[in-house]
Amino acid sequence: MSKKALQLKVEELRTEIALLKNLEITVGRIYEETWSEKIGPTPFPSLLDLREWDLKLLERYQPFYMPFCDLCCLCTTGKCDLTKQKRGGCGLDISGQQSRMVLITECIGASTHIAHARHLVDHLIEKHGHDCSINVGQNIEVEAPIIRTVCAIRPKTLEDLEDVLEYAESQITGLLAATATGQEESNIDFESKILHAGMIDHVAMEAADIAQVSAMGFPRADPDAPLAEIGFGTVDVSKPTILVIGHNVLPAAAIMDYIDSQKMYGQIEVAGICCTAHDVTRYNPKAKIVGPLSWQLRFIRSGLPDLIVLDEQCIRADTLIEAQKIKAPVIVTSDKNCAELANRTADDINEIVADLVSGKALGVLILNPEKVGEVAVRAVREVAPKRSKFKNLPNQDRLVAMAKKCSGCSECRRACPNDLLIPEAMAFAARGNVAPLSELLNGCIGCAKCESACPNRVPVHSLIVSAAGEALSQERYKIRVGRGGIQDVEIRKVGRPIVLGEIPGIVAFVGCSNYPHGGCEVAEMAEEFLKRRFIVTSSGCAAMSIAMHTNENGKNIYESYPGAFDAGCISNVGSCVANSHVAGAAMKIASIFARRDLRGNYEEVADYVLNRVGAVGVAWGAMSQKAAAIAGGCWRLGIPIVVGPHGMKYRRMLLGRKDRENDWYVYDARTGAKTYVGPAPEHLFYAAETKEEAIVMIAKLCMRPNDTSKGRAIKLTHYVDLHKRLFGVVPDDIHLFVRRVSDIPMTMKNEIEKILVQKEWKERIIPDPTLLTRLVRRRKE
Amino acid sequence: MSKPEPWQKAEVPGPMKALVISKPEAVVAMIKSAKRPLFIVGPESAEREIAGEKEIDQLIQIAKAGKIPIVATSRAVIDFTRRNYDPALWMPAVDIANRLRDPKWMGVKGEGQHDLALFAGMQYYVEWLLLSGLKHFGDVRTVSFGRFYQPHANWSFPNLDEKEWEQNLRAVRNGFGRVK
Repeated sequence: MSKKALQLKVEELRTEIALLKNLEITVGRIYEETWSEKIGPTPFPSLLDLREWDLKLLERYQPFYMPFCDLCCLCTTGKCDLTKQKRGGCGLDISGQQSRMVLITECIGASTHIAHARHLVDHLIEKHGHDCSINVGQNIEVEAPIIRTVCAIRPKTLEDLEDVLEYAESQITGLLAATATGQEESNIDFESKILHAGMIDHVAMEAADIAQVSAMGFPRADPDAPLAEIGFGTVDVSKPTILVIGHNVLPAAAIMDYIDSQKMYGQIEVAGICCTAHDVTRYNPKAKIVGPLSWQLRFIRSGLPDLIVLDEQCIRADTLIEAQKIKAPVIVTSDKNCAELANRTADDINEIVADLVSGKALGVLILNPEKVGEVAVRAVREVAPKRSKFKNLPNQDRLVAMAKKCSGCSECRRACPNDLLIPEAMAFAARGNVAPLSELLNGCIGCAKCESACPNRVPVHSLIVSAAGEALSQERYKIRVGRGGIQDVEIRKVGRPIVLGEIPGIVAFVGCSNYPHGGCEVAEMAEEFLKRRFIVTSSGCAAMSIAMHTNENGKNIYESYPGAFDAGCISNVGSCVANSHVAGAAMKIASIFARRDLRGNYEEVADYVLNRVGAVGVAWGAMSQKAAAIAGGCWRLGIPIVVGPHGMKYRRMLLGRKDRENDWYVYDARTGAKTYVGPAPEHLFYAAETKEEAIVMIAKLCMRPNDTSKGRAIKLTHYVDLHKRLFGVVPDDIHLFVRRVSDIPMTMKNEIEKILVQKEWKERIIPDPTLLTRLVRRRKE
Repeated sequence: MSKPEPWQKAEVPGPMKALVISKPEAVVAMIKSAKRPLFIVGPESAEREIAGEKEIDQLIQIAKAGKIPIVATSRAVIDFTRRNYDPALWMPAVDIANRLRDPKWMGVKGEGQHDLALFAGMQYYVEWLLLSGLKHFGDVRTVSFGRFYQPHANWSFPNLDEKEWEQNLRAVRNGFGRVK
């Protein structure tokens, strides 16, 4: 802890002029001085403290807006038509409106993580006390790099995280206020605020994860974290099954605790979907993971869950309706999703269980996680025999009969985000061949918009799931449970080769499962970079998708590659909030390897990461506002994010222009000279149409101005090799990335030298790169 | 021909919607009258078939007939080179759209910004979003060559069946006369 309230109490004070009794003085809060690291320029930065840094980034990586809607409908002046730079009734134009919508998106995402963190911290303080220590693992001195950098404090206890969250809450309030009609007018200032929201999101995620790691006994930065089971087919359907969905692990953990206390392991299945599944396996790897968030409908309709527990985030809003169709009761556990259910938190447990078992209550709201644990376990034991795994999927005969109702109108296809050829598959099914329908499941994101669109009320999604039933039951894989943070000793080992470019990059696969062609593409991309000895990390639904694909030996990536933060290894850090450890690792490289101060020193740390740490985030199926906020935190830190084609729907990219030489100058910190460094990294937020394009771009975005010649040659080898293999041609921009002859990969020397001659390339110096003039050590004379 | 409404029905834009190409000859006239037309072709063109032929092959014939340079996006470049056709550039879709909105960009040949951009071979929603960016922020006129109505283009075919689409593309190609 770095700051404390100063409180002075005096019962009686006699002076020459007065007698004072019960005097109490509180002098705000003062910084504790036990931490010798000096405080940088921006402790607890306000909305504007890092604006200058943002403007530097935004000058190079300018927003390209692709409006999702030409109108604004946020106030009663409208609707306003903003087409082609028309201004709305409030004076805002389409650029301002798009950036405002992105800021709202970021605020939604960040506030979700903040509220999640707040709930965790409050609950864990209540359970373990204010003084519960922050303990994120052995060999870790830099326990919270993001909080140190942004808030200038070292959190020692859970109580310290309250200060952090107070700050985050105040910032998001200010940011959201800026989106009101009649506030911010500049799209560039909106963009700066977007970056601020992203940074705040990272603070909250780190607070959430270090709180649960510290107080709940999750793996503590453990590269050898245990393996858990994942996949539809891992759930033992002969047992009563509780399905937990969401992101806040507290109710699911309490279920595991109650099972433990009643010695009922082996009698009840606890299976999870989305990040709660990650975190409950971090808490107890005997729990199982069904799959990513898009597995919700298919699993519920299969009838396998006997009782469903919802916490928060990424939960389908029709879960109660779907649960009723399979006669499974629902327990909602969060004030963010009450589903119009009665609040039974204060009721007698026997009564609640009886109501759920009898069907008198289709669901209940219980806000006490421990109570949820007992109610869920007791209820599921009685509900399961009654349900007999009653499902809401047609059998083969019924499937064919339902398919015959399809008129081939294509309304389903026109509602499908992935334009799946449903009518054609339905025609085959109507003739008894369900294989084409089954094959659609891989590309299906489980949204069921096809069903809502169908004028003949064909349950299209159910038919697809039913047709693919056999394949689903074969889903049985292993996943290394979320390890949490990265050890300082791991950073020491890889810091130098990363910064010098000899480890070609860190590639983080994050985010949701809104994939254009199924999760296999994420696994393929991850393996490509593992084979090339990049450092690969995973988290969230992407980590699950990576697990659900095997090689020719029947093993998946987690079984084939070590779990360390090292070249050729894959670290599953955990749930969404554990993404903070990846950004934190980049900061720790600045701190541990380069000995840069973190404390309240965000701008310098971001400058370091942008120019030196070849890290790239890949959110191939990014869907949510939270994913946008996570990306926002990476942008401000100088970490580029690549999204899949659906990511374009975030409505703006941050794109560099490699053809504009003036955009790619930095200061040489040794001399102060402005030096051209080429477009490295070329973009901050980029959407690829195909996985091949993403792979090539990831390799390119790992290049950084600080790469040594040896490092740049390694990175160029990967970039050129991938470009040739996947695009069939040598990249046409290679001259921009070769700085010295010694940068040219030996094996490609002849080929590249020819291009350099054609492009009239000249050698240039490799500077000590920075965008900050205050870091220039000696001015050029 | 069906009425012009977005293929993905929820992608309703705003008041300004693409004019429907009712006669392919109009496209030929637009291309002929343009100073610097540009074809932007995505990777889906190598996957989709039109009347037994890949879409990319039809587009190459049109580009050759109309002497229109092609920018291949994403992995499409490999499909062009496999057909011994060198696109003028290969570039990510977001990059070419970003350049087309910049009046100072000198185009694929360094001769100046393009005044007509023809889009084909992309996923529907990708093209939809790129065209939206250009509708609001660019001066370039845009034409969608896809099978489905793209409301953010200046000009688009309506939603067509495969046969109608093939007939339209063939008519555009023939509109330039015989290819030598």
